[in-house]
Amino acid sequence: MKQFLAFVRKEFYHVLRDRRTLLILFGMPIAQILIFGFALTNEVKDSEILVVDYAKDNASQELLTKIGSSRYFNIRQAALSHNEILSTFRKGKIKAVVVFPAHFNEDLLHQNKAQVQIITDASDVNTANMVTNYLSSIIVDYQNQINANLEIPYRITPEVRMLYNPQLKGAHGFVPGVMALVLLLVSVMMTAISIVREKETGTMEILLVSPFKPVLVIFAKAFPYLALSLVNVTAILLLSVFVLDLPVKGSVALLFAESTLFIITCLALGIFISIKTSSQQVAMLISLMGMLLPTIMFSGFLFPIENMPLPLQVISNIVPSKWFYIIVKSIMIKGLGLAALWRETLILLGMTLFLLLVSLKSFKIRLQ
Amino acid sequence: MMQDDRVIVCEKLTKRFGDFVATNEITFDVHRGEIFGFLGANGAGKTTAMRMLCGLSSPSSGKATIAGFDVYTQTEQIKKHIGYMSQKFSLYENLTVRENIEFFGGIYGLSDERIRSKTAELLQRLGLKSEANKLVASLPLGWKQKLSFSVAVLHEPKIVFLDEPTGGVDPVTRRQFWDMIYEAANSGITVFVTTHYMDEAEYCNRISIMVDGRMEVLDTPANLKSSFHARSMDEVFYQLARGAKRGD
Repeated sequence: MKQFLAFVRKEFYHVLRDRRTLLILFGMPIAQILIFGFALTNEVKDSEILVVDYAKDNASQELLTKIGSSRYFNIRQAALSHNEILSTFRKGKIKAVVVFPAHFNEDLLHQNKAQVQIITDASDVNTANMVTNYLSSIIVDYQNQINANLEIPYRITPEVRMLYNPQLKGAHGFVPGVMALVLLLVSVMMTAISIVREKETGTMEILLVSPFKPVLVIFAKAFPYLALSLVNVTAILLLSVFVLDLPVKGSVALLFAESTLFIITCLALGIFISIKTSSQQVAMLISLMGMLLPTIMFSGFLFPIENMPLPLQVISNIVPSKWFYIIVKSIMIKGLGLAALWRETLILLGMTLFLLLVSLKSFKIRLQ
Repeated sequence: MMQDDRVIVCEKLTKRFGDFVATNEITFDVHRGEIFGFLGANGAGKTTAMRMLCGLSSPSSGKATIAGFDVYTQTEQIKKHIGYMSQKFSLYENLTVRENIEFFGGIYGLSDERIRSKTAELLQRLGLKSEANKLVASLPLGWKQKLSFSVAVLHEPKIVFLDEPTGGVDPVTRRQFWDMIYEAANSGITVFVTTHYMDEAEYCNRISIMVDGRMEVLDTPANLKSSFHARSMDEVFYQLARGAKRGD
């Protein structure tokens, strides 16, 4: 144990002394989160929205005033047909269209319920989502206001339509995506490089001649990266919660447990690469081409897997990041628990065990 | 009494890689405190033999014990009792002198107290006290090699294996380096050294020369020179190596 600690301490010295490593380790996740975050998150403030009011009655006017008085929206009124609405959207200036059906007030008074249609341009998913959320909450607000002194409550149901991208693929997906990317980079590439570096400089030989067990060498080399990766997970989560306002809906503990699992998957991959290669450059290239590209392509982070040709969909299943991405997205955004994610977790666990076994086995063969 | 005194016992030790016989039935003994020169052209099978003796690679056939431990079954024990210094400089460049010493002391399982006293003693002896907290990368090569050697014998091994330890080092530093080797040998550490410098070969108590995987000769430098009617070890080496079929 003491030997192990001496080794781990040495690894930390290596990491902390290498400016470039540090930059990749901590600069990258922060930069990525901020770039992705602000590139994809548009301020909803002063969004142009178009109102098509077929009712023109008390209720619709009141609700409109309420919407207009919020700082988020600039309202323009127009009487447009359905087709005209679509062509206005295509011009791209309008973020949303709110449609009041005729008899809005009457429906509300006689049936105690009425509908408002909200149509958004979901090609920009984040904005669409946010506009819808703001509008819905203003409507709920109004509903509560008029319900304040009523026995039978009125209900206004916003009917939301996301144009162009009804399933909202990619919404908030970048945080889980960046998480998968960063962990992959840190764990696979850094581990692979740091082990191969020892081979290159000849220190690996010295370690193997020492009574320190070879398997422990591997674990001791991987351990600091596990710790640093967890620091990264924490940093990304803090950034996403406090800078991007994207809360973690599910269990944070579960999120960390799943992240640890994925980090171990990555470490196993990194170890495998380091055993099969003998120069830092090759190790880096393989990590980048062999791991980073598939993650970007097949995790569903940037390109929806459902839209891919079937062979590619099948291939995507062997990319560990895909499963991690699904897990993180489900926990962070949907708030799902382990009960809903056991299948993905099991797949990831299987992959981890497989990779660990394969790398330890090839390590032993190499020793002979 | 001779029996007890042997720290390396090798009998027909052989390593095959497929059809290729890298080390072919080498047989020799090395005694305690001896400086044993292990010579041979590149590709003669030195490295393979040394890897087997260090417990890094399992022999194909033959017998060998290192410090009394079997090379097939007791590699863990062997590793505790040997030190190793490779031809490549193999300390960590981005660790300080002190950290390197502490690290290697640590993985050899030395106690904190022992590491501390060893570190102080070593820094004193090498005259590196003022450089203790400098990165090893900033030291000149000669110092690095001396430090490497000191680290290799830090845990007081029975045998230290030196694989071309003085490559690229200037003559003065080489001379100093050999002083350290003698010192280690006097304190009872057996030194097993490979080299391409024939003047260094003369410093050894006994020399073996490998040609094409076989150990052609094994004797003291003086005996070798007289039996080959040679004036220097250089000539002995050329006469033997000329017959080699394997090369780089």
